[in-house]
Amino acid sequence: MEALQLLWHGFEVLLTFKTLSLMMVGLVLGIFVGVLPGLGGPNGVAILLPLTFTMDPTSAIVMLSCIYWGALFGGAITSILFNIPGEAWSVATTFDGYPMAQQGKAAEALTAAFTSSFIGSFVAVLLITFLAPSVASFALRFGPPEFFAVYFLTFCSFVGLGKEEKHKTIISMSLGLLLTAIGMDTVSGQLRMTFGSDNLLRGINFLVAVIGLFGISEILLTMEERLALRGHAAAISLKVVLRVWKDLPKYWATLLRSSVIGCWLGITPGGAIAASFMGYNLAKRFSKDKDSFGKGRIEGVFAPETAAHASGTSALLPMLALGIPGSGTAAILLGGLMVWGLNPGPLLFVEHKDFVWGLIASMYLGNLVGLVMVLSTVPLFAAVLRVPFSAIAPMIVVSCAVGAYAIQNAMFDIWLMLLFGVVGYVFKKIAIPLAPFTLALVLGNRAEDSFRLSMIGSAGDMRVFWSNGLVGTITTLALLLLFWPLLSAALERVRRSMA
Amino acid sequence: MSEPTEEPRAVASTRAVDIAVSLLLLAFAALMAWDNWRSGAGWASDGPKAGYFPFYLSLLLGAASLFGLAKAILHRAGSESPFVNRDQLRRVMQVLAPTFLFCLLTQWLGLYVASFLLIAGFMRLVGKIAWWKSLLTSLLFTVAMFVTFDIAFDVIMPKGPLESLLGF
Repeated sequence: MEALQLLWHGFEVLLTFKTLSLMMVGLVLGIFVGVLPGLGGPNGVAILLPLTFTMDPTSAIVMLSCIYWGALFGGAITSILFNIPGEAWSVATTFDGYPMAQQGKAAEALTAAFTSSFIGSFVAVLLITFLAPSVASFALRFGPPEFFAVYFLTFCSFVGLGKEEKHKTIISMSLGLLLTAIGMDTVSGQLRMTFGSDNLLRGINFLVAVIGLFGISEILLTMEERLALRGHAAAISLKVVLRVWKDLPKYWATLLRSSVIGCWLGITPGGAIAASFMGYNLAKRFSKDKDSFGKGRIEGVFAPETAAHASGTSALLPMLALGIPGSGTAAILLGGLMVWGLNPGPLLFVEHKDFVWGLIASMYLGNLVGLVMVLSTVPLFAAVLRVPFSAIAPMIVVSCAVGAYAIQNAMFDIWLMLLFGVVGYVFKKIAIPLAPFTLALVLGNRAEDSFRLSMIGSAGDMRVFWSNGLVGTITTLALLLLFWPLLSAALERVRRSMA
Repeated sequence: MSEPTEEPRAVASTRAVDIAVSLLLLAFAALMAWDNWRSGAGWASDGPKAGYFPFYLSLLLGAASLFGLAKAILHRAGSESPFVNRDQLRRVMQVLAPTFLFCLLTQWLGLYVASFLLIAGFMRLVGKIAWWKSLLTSLLFTVAMFVTFDIAFDVIMPKGPLESLLGF
């Protein structure tokens, strides 16, 4: 049980006054960010990232991941009390959560949401604890071709499995990859696409882009829609909590099913959004009383929340073990790792044991503390939503600017953030997906490096991507996923002509 | 949300924006492809040259935008949904224009003074909140930001004449 020993060591790293207080700060900030309209997990983490630049990596990641947990919990508050999903994956929570609040059962719904978030994340953290080290040690055998094949697989699965129009996914991805190539070429040192500009020399920082794409554009969209906030008040008493918890064993099948779906979709880049809807739909399908869903059934809160959080948490597994983020927020945390000078990927488990196990331990502790905290402070955070949006909007703009500037101390980045804000707004409105763009921005350089190193190694022979069983399987799988829509259409036609 | 009885006039249709964005992306792809071709998009003795990867990416981007352009032009029926109507555009500009001014002011006055002006001005002019509330909220927020970033976490923001007057 080496994992348990290392985990124990992780808790020792964690249990200092400083880290624990950073954890609390992170959770409060996170819930705050999750509750505010127009902000959510990824934006919140991106904007608050600069706070951690002067910290040591372990404290930094503990605080950031706590911001993330906090934001996840906070998202449920707005979905249930205000019928506004803080995140796309909270949409399914509103189906039954808001009706419950309307019936005066807001406290039950919130308790159910927080508890199931906790359960979902807990299952995912267990998975990370025991699976991540083996995945990482397996991946230690990877060379450049294997890594490129894995990146390729990630990109292909977005194109093949995404629900958006294919050409829009490709636009978003190739634009992201192209933007990361701006600046100095890491292999030859040559300047690319800078057009003589000193500012472009540094390249386009991924975090600046994310702050604009998510933070600023979200403010623009929120303004356009003119959100009217009308919510229900709620305070959670211990009696309600205990009552909901007492009934918990009745729903074990739903909880287990949603956790499994969530973990699976989190590790493969299917994402928390798909997971929450799938969790909800399956709970409905297996239920004896299908019609009561959507009218305020507590199971309808348990199912999507468990799945979303299992997925959001397990998305950190491929990030830690392979250096491939499974979600937008994981991508930003990955950006953070690079800022602190850590190289995400399998070597992390060997070279930075303290860091990795400190992070994993903080997932356990952060979740538990977060649960207690949200249960006791809901009224306080719900009050945040009564602050007028015209006060919150400029504050978010300022926070975004601070975040963008702090990354490289460059005024140019503030302008870049504004530009990306407008781009994000337009892209969202014409349904060009932003997730592949973010993924491309964070993985672009690594994908290119691994491609070129493979090419240098094989003297330009593309067959290197089929040179052994492992890399061959991954590459073939990637191509299959890429052409999956065509393949499935062809299969369908064959089946129809047979019938 | 309650719909207004008469839908305000659309400023642009989604299809028009689709076409405009495709054209812009196409132009961007062409520019990038040209620049990468110039830096060398072929093979050197030790593998692909610096422009190889981005060159083919710009081709991919160009092809996908061309597809999007063709689709938007050919697919007329049903895609005439409005991109943004006049009221919406006005509200978006209400936040976009001040943000632009804020970025501009940050260059001369420093981030904190600009942020004070942005928040107070926005709350008063857009939110119609009382002057004293706007000024007080803005002041408190700006000071809190200054203490958090510049003092507690040592993250230095751009400063202007006011800060140098106060000796920071």
